[in-house]
Amino acid sequence: MLPNIDYSELPRALQHILNRDNPDVPATPSRRSFLKMAGISGFALGAFPGMVLAQSTNAAKPLGPTQQPSAFVEIAADGTVTVTINRLDFGQGVQTALPMILAEELDADWAKVHSKHGNSDGAYVDPVMGLHLTGGSNSIKNSFTQYRELGARARAMLIAAAAKQWNLDPAQLRTTAGEVIAPDGRKLGYGELAQSAMEQAVPETVKLKDPKDFRLIGKPTNRLDSVAKSSGQQSYGIDTHLPGQLTAVVLRPPVFGAKIATLDDSAARGVHGVKAVLRVPLDRGAEGIAIIGDGYWSAKQGRDAVKVTWDTSGVEKVDTKKQFAQYRQLAKQAGNKYFDADVTPISTAAKKIHAEFTFPYLAHAPMEPLNCTVKFNSDSAELWLGSQMPGLDGMMAARVLGLKPEQVKVNVQMAGGGFGRRAIATSDYVFEACSIAKAVKTAGLDVPVRTMWSREDDIRGGYYRPAQLHQASIGLDAHGKVLAWDHVIVGQSITAGTAFEGFMIKNGIDNTAVEGMREPYDLPMKLTVHHPKLNVPVLWWRSVGSTHTAFVMETLIDEIAHASKKDPVAYRLEAYGDKHLRHRAALQLAVEQSGYGKKALPKGHAWGVAVHESFQTVVAYVVEASLKNGKPVMHRATAGVHCNLAVNPRTIETQVQGAALMGLSMCLPGAAITFKDGVVEQSNFSDFVVPRITEMPEIAVFIVPSAEPPTGMGEPGLPPLAPAFANAVYKLTGKPIRQLPFNV
Amino acid sequence: MINTIINGKNTDVDVPPDTPILWTLRDALGLTGTKFGCGAALCGACTVHLDGQAIRSCVTPISVAQGKKITTIEAATGGDDKVGNAVHAAWVKHDVAQCGYCQSGQIMSATAFLKSLPHGKQPTVAEIDSAMAGNICRCGTYTRIRAAIADAAKAIA
Repeated sequence: MLPNIDYSELPRALQHILNRDNPDVPATPSRRSFLKMAGISGFALGAFPGMVLAQSTNAAKPLGPTQQPSAFVEIAADGTVTVTINRLDFGQGVQTALPMILAEELDADWAKVHSKHGNSDGAYVDPVMGLHLTGGSNSIKNSFTQYRELGARARAMLIAAAAKQWNLDPAQLRTTAGEVIAPDGRKLGYGELAQSAMEQAVPETVKLKDPKDFRLIGKPTNRLDSVAKSSGQQSYGIDTHLPGQLTAVVLRPPVFGAKIATLDDSAARGVHGVKAVLRVPLDRGAEGIAIIGDGYWSAKQGRDAVKVTWDTSGVEKVDTKKQFAQYRQLAKQAGNKYFDADVTPISTAAKKIHAEFTFPYLAHAPMEPLNCTVKFNSDSAELWLGSQMPGLDGMMAARVLGLKPEQVKVNVQMAGGGFGRRAIATSDYVFEACSIAKAVKTAGLDVPVRTMWSREDDIRGGYYRPAQLHQASIGLDAHGKVLAWDHVIVGQSITAGTAFEGFMIKNGIDNTAVEGMREPYDLPMKLTVHHPKLNVPVLWWRSVGSTHTAFVMETLIDEIAHASKKDPVAYRLEAYGDKHLRHRAALQLAVEQSGYGKKALPKGHAWGVAVHESFQTVVAYVVEASLKNGKPVMHRATAGVHCNLAVNPRTIETQVQGAALMGLSMCLPGAAITFKDGVVEQSNFSDFVVPRITEMPEIAVFIVPSAEPPTGMGEPGLPPLAPAFANAVYKLTGKPIRQLPFNV
Repeated sequence: MINTIINGKNTDVDVPPDTPILWTLRDALGLTGTKFGCGAALCGACTVHLDGQAIRSCVTPISVAQGKKITTIEAATGGDDKVGNAVHAAWVKHDVAQCGYCQSGQIMSATAFLKSLPHGKQPTVAEIDSAMAGNICRCGTYTRIRAAIADAAKAIA
């Protein structure tokens, strides 16, 4: 997912970059684009002609595409309300939370609310960032007001329609659960009014509800997709099936960027069901072989039968064993400075901490392997995939297929997880799928093609959380007060060389590498950063930089608390003072609910604490751990969450539980991607190990009450889990953990 | 030609006999509720029942199913299977799914597990964990899976 930065300058910067590469791209989505959305399965409110009227009467500031109810809400004659979400749902539950927000202001009957995914139409950009994006835990944060206003506009139009029918002043009417009600008690259902509501003007300004009147927002609500997902009825990108569709599987080089030396595809062509074997360009200038079959199995059998040798002479071959030695050499050199402080007091300090941390590459490994279905006609194309950035992916498709961006439509499909892998600036797997679609067409097969990755392709296919080296030298006085902190980070930049580079990298430092450092502690820290260039594609992984910075900060804070002879909770509360009240509230809630310091733990068990803010949300964990046969085991975690207003507490709870398990996954044996001679050593869930039900601790989630506008929730539950666990183990063994996965 | 009974329907499928049941279901028959996760019997996303036993359909050739009964997620719930319906209801009640991709396999494993228990037996957490250890969920729904299985066990007791 996207890193935790101030996005205020992003839309302009990104548009500039995109326009430079694609002169045909309009700077803002065209108005025509959302008119096409009208009336698919119901009455799309405000599609015509009222909308035009409304805009022409107030030419000063017409409503933009993201503000028009027509693209977001359809009301059928039976009163069914279908809300279109402007994001990818890949488990985080915006498929339910966004409709809750809209339905709240619409005063809809929740039992009649459905939701569906949008596409690459301009209406579905993030209203704050101006591009199609599900990332940075932004969905609810950036669309909260947008979806409230959409609901309120649609409601006003329904009221206007009823007022006209009854010949009453709209101000006299009220609504409740899908009905407009007249002062005398007469009622009209939204379904009955939908058609005439379409003819009403779209109001520019609307009055939003007083939060104390919320009926849906804040109420724990079951997911709208629960029934479909519990009966095999939910369709995902991988389930796309178009008439005549063929399936492609790709044989990729063993080292990133390598090319074909020799190829014998005669046996592959003879495999039952194989329709074609084609050389195709791949991401990073590599070359591969696409095997086109009538289904996945024939294509895969075909792939197994290909005889190929690779030319790896021109590409770097990374070796994990040597990599950290190289990183250590780099750490000794002068790097780019992110924070500055006088570090001379360290040499004469009464107490010193010298710590080195290492973090491996990590694969996202979502349960649904990557896939992309492409229907390429001569003057248009349509794609089906679970994309976090359908706009960028559509532009990549246009570039590969020789089309204009507006000739490409990306249909966003429910995705089986993603964790950042489907938000990719290089659109690697879309580039590949479109290259294949083009090659298939050139080969004379005029059919849609679904390109599918195997799990092995996924584990070996790159775009990992970058490996990191941290080194810290901390000087403390006799009481444990920090005099100076000298810190170095070495790791690849995620955004270098991508469209995001321009505003993510400042002074040679990628914000994704340093986010989460130092804050919220008032520390005299010097932080220097090195971004080595290596032939390993890297990417944001759920919670991005905080996957490593939170671990380093929160374990070192425990060491400092220990050196100060202070309780880790007391140390933190003192450090927060009255400046970091959300940190304080989150930690105090987790402490109270867990019984920390009050409840007696079983012999051999210990508490561990960590707190971290990411994506503007603070999560505190108090965990309980022990050693079983010398190996750390986490028994339970209590989370205190400060995410401001909790829109759907039920999905917040599951997001925290899921993020906590992913945080735990970083600690357990087998959570590492390693290289030997440029080749990934892991291949599947056998050697890239993820937690199973047997490793699932109890995770209790408590939310600090708040009425402030909501902040991010998809990622913030991850960062503090691993350091809280490590701090508990530190208490048990007396030895700090400075390596992930744990080397205990 | 392989003859099997798929979800109660006598079905002839014309695929090479070494084609895994998974790809026979998904690509030849359009039954996409059964999911592809690893292709190596490591994650359980592809779990179906073969003559009532939970199997990993990604590594089981369709030839093995000649003359046998295959039950997939499409027929495990919503029909007259009391256990399947109880599991489905518990899954919905506990709002188990997040991305939901692994849940077809989780439900098929849970259903087979509950059917294997002596009538009225309430499984312990350790027994549930042991029965479900072959099914990976990357979203972290395990807590709710435990609760849903315990609930379903009560419902069918």
